[in-house]
Amino acid sequence: MEAPAAQPAAPALTHPSRGRIRFSDKAFHVILGAVCCVYVGLILLLLLGDTLYMLQHTSDRPSGASWLLHNPIAQALAKPEIQNSIVLSMISCTVSAFLALWIAVPVGYLLARTRFRGKQLVDAVLDIPIVLPPLVVGLSLLILFQFAPFTTPLGAILPFSTPWDHVSLNALVVYQVPAVILAQFMVATAFATRTMKATFDQIDVRREQVALTLGCSRFQAFSRVVLPEAGSGMLTAWTLAWARSLGEFGPLLIFAGATRNKTEVLSTSVFLELSIGNIEAAVAVSLIMVLGALIVLIVARVWGRSDLIL
Amino acid sequence: MIRMSDVSVRAGAFRLSGVDLLVPSGQYAVLMGKTGSGKSTLLEAICGLKPIAQGRIELNGVDVSGMGPALRCVGYVPQDGALFSTMSVRDNLAFALEIRHMPNRAVEARVGEIAELLGLSDLLHRAIPGLSGGERQRVALGRALAFQPPVLLLDEPLSAVDEDTRENLCRLLKSVQQTTNTTVLHVTHNRAEAERLAAVRFHIADGRVDALPSPTVCGSTTNTVR
Repeated sequence: MEAPAAQPAAPALTHPSRGRIRFSDKAFHVILGAVCCVYVGLILLLLLGDTLYMLQHTSDRPSGASWLLHNPIAQALAKPEIQNSIVLSMISCTVSAFLALWIAVPVGYLLARTRFRGKQLVDAVLDIPIVLPPLVVGLSLLILFQFAPFTTPLGAILPFSTPWDHVSLNALVVYQVPAVILAQFMVATAFATRTMKATFDQIDVRREQVALTLGCSRFQAFSRVVLPEAGSGMLTAWTLAWARSLGEFGPLLIFAGATRNKTEVLSTSVFLELSIGNIEAAVAVSLIMVLGALIVLIVARVWGRSDLIL
Repeated sequence: MIRMSDVSVRAGAFRLSGVDLLVPSGQYAVLMGKTGSGKSTLLEAICGLKPIAQGRIELNGVDVSGMGPALRCVGYVPQDGALFSTMSVRDNLAFALEIRHMPNRAVEARVGEIAELLGLSDLLHRAIPGLSGGERQRVALGRALAFQPPVLLLDEPLSAVDEDTRENLCRLLKSVQQTTNTTVLHVTHNRAEAERLAAVRFHIADGRVDALPSPTVCGSTTNTVR
């Protein structure tokens, strides 16, 4: 009988060196921190650059003039067209954010709680306004409004009489204030819907089920149990929709135009001031928008759900 | 009384089939089984949250198989309580009564009564997030009992509480069941809990439910099972 062949000796176990692990961990955290610092730093530098530019031009004020009245922001705010632009921005952003929420709450709930044929397709379609280039959204709206029934006089569509019977929706909306709201609404709603779906996903479905066993209809369970729990998510969705609307520009330019004192909102003001070479005013309006966006972000972080901010 | 006759339930790939189960009126029944054996699915089928593929479910002699959960009048306490966290303890207890449009005075009286029964009188104005595990389960129990359902379903109500609290809640469950004479089906995987509470015992495994010899006189062998 042959003796079994000798097994090759197993290599001795080597333990990782403590120094190497410690160095690797430290290097890993340093790299993460450095990458984060580069991007955060770039964002802060952008804002700092705007502020420095404004301060530089503030120093050009006539001697003895008050700093409060002679800085680019104050001068921009004193212009009637900028004042109109601020008012229209506030109104259109608020209206479109509320309209976005009216759509986002039911659609977000539907996607979070139900399964139906074609759900994946609906889900993908809802992302189209997010992924489409903004100019394309505006152009698509403009083209859509060239077809019936948007070009048909209202009197031929509506079963009742209105003062606008001889006017079409196209004439009432395109290059008018409603176009500003519709263009903002199209993109803001997509973001608000994503936020509301994430909100409803995070609310325990068991609570609704208990509400059903306690005698609620589906609507009662939704309105009495789910909606109150979704309050902070709704605030986040609203503020996000408002901030997206404030920053909207491409679709507005195509679909609502950039007519001074008519369809001019803050983003259009920046474009119009730049196009006439008034860079100080453009920077000043940009800083006003930064301030507005910061206030909204703070509201969303303090009272909303920071984990839902897209 | 809870009677399930030849009930089949599907939940994804999981399937319970041909389940027969009878819990006589006013009895405390315990359903035992391993995690994932379908205990919770069975409770959900009884309270109408999970549709059944076939068979018949009767509660107090009424066929509820096609009814929605709101019409079955079943008190249901899930594992984590699932309390309504934006409401106070009082509002949780009053929820089912307000849904039924009971007059305010009657609601207050019933909330006071149920709070006293469960030792919640001092907690009525407390918010849900600050409650301990044992307090949460008592509120969930009170919320389910407030509208005086003839049938109470408890899904592992004691699994997330410490030993002392479990002991207290066991005593409370037994005394509440005797006071209200409610038919209870309690799901657990804890043998000691089952022996402590059950008049009737069932065991669920491999998609089938079997009756176990009852430790007390209450659990007579009328509880036939497949």
